[in-house]
Amino acid sequence: MSKLKLATVWLDGCSGCHMSFLDMDERLIELAALVDVVYSPIVDTKEFPDEVDIALVEGAVASVDDEKKIKKIRAHAKLLIAMGDCAVAGNVPSMRNPIGPEAILERAYIENADVQQQIPCVVVPKLLRVVRPIHEFVKVDVFLPGCPPSADTFHAALTALITGEPLDIPALTRFGA
Amino acid sequence: MSVAVDVKTLVIDGQNVSARAGQTILEVARENKIDIPTLCHLDGLGDVGACRLCLVEIKGTNKLLPACVATVEEGMEVETATDRLKKHRKTILELLFAERNHICSVCVANGHCELQALGQQQGLTHVRLPYRNPELTVDASHERFTLDHNRCILCTRCVRVCAEIEGAHVWDVMGRGINSSVITDLNDPWGSSSCTRCGKCVQVCPTGALFDKSKVGSDHPKYPDFLPWLNLMREAQ
Repeated sequence: MSKLKLATVWLDGCSGCHMSFLDMDERLIELAALVDVVYSPIVDTKEFPDEVDIALVEGAVASVDDEKKIKKIRAHAKLLIAMGDCAVAGNVPSMRNPIGPEAILERAYIENADVQQQIPCVVVPKLLRVVRPIHEFVKVDVFLPGCPPSADTFHAALTALITGEPLDIPALTRFGA
Repeated sequence: MSVAVDVKTLVIDGQNVSARAGQTILEVARENKIDIPTLCHLDGLGDVGACRLCLVEIKGTNKLLPACVATVEEGMEVETATDRLKKHRKTILELLFAERNHICSVCVANGHCELQALGQQQGLTHVRLPYRNPELTVDASHERFTLDHNRCILCTRCVRVCAEIEGAHVWDVMGRGINSSVITDLNDPWGSSSCTRCGKCVQVCPTGALFDKSKVGSDHPKYPDFLPWLNLMREAQ
């Protein structure tokens, strides 16, 4: 059997989910026997591949760039997994929603800046008015809540998804876990 | 001379049970080790049927009844965990999560929250409804406690414990529908209200809406189980 193609993506999150994923430690070696990591912040590939079996997505959708990426991921991934509370529920990035992006940019780049007070408008993508979980943009196949989901949760969930064993997510993790 | 007890017999989830007249379905179910999920109910407080998580099906009626306030009747046939009820319970929890800003990961009650625990228990992995993200205030005017409206689910446990047990009735509910909120006195800051500083409201709050300032950023377990004991001691006097 050829190896499954695994991608991991980092949208608006803190990378903690990826850190927790790496916390699987030696179990990553077993996992590497079953999957090829074809796209990830920790590999060199720049473009999301055309065919991916499992895509793990960390982070909420907060910018026009995130929105473009999540649609591309959905189009090219057989199984899309919302990894962690930001992807599942908006979480910390969504805390700006009640006050809007202007207030946040003003605070970060004008009020709190000592020099060069200006709001970035080139290169960086435009922020969306509200930060939303990924399932509000595309169909999500599996939700893995947690901030971050533990390494044990990743191991149990990925093993089940790869082998086709039944997966009971609420038994493994919850919002804020 | 002994007074005859008025006994009712009924069926809950296929199990024959007996109860005293006037008991609620919830009381009888729990006496018989049948668990019905609840959120606004708390042993020791009067029930208001606010959260609707304890809805049960009763044979012969299309209406779903809240088990915390519906009383037993002779020959009643109750179902507590049908697919229809499970679906409604999940939706109720999703509505609660979507209504205000419950960011579990940065909440003082993370790991000790009844809403969070119920979400997990009822199999909630995400919220299908769009989040409302309302702009809400935090009242930190009290020297010992904080009120965070972002986490409030309007269960009114604080209102009831303050009125029924402490006898102060500092808490109440203001506004209607989606604009409802808990208030102290006539919407005065908690710190300058007639609060007696007993802290019972903080202990009974199921979420991180009311919390002790000295516990911010750390484990914040609550201990509402003092209530039935307090009531028992008062009755004995």
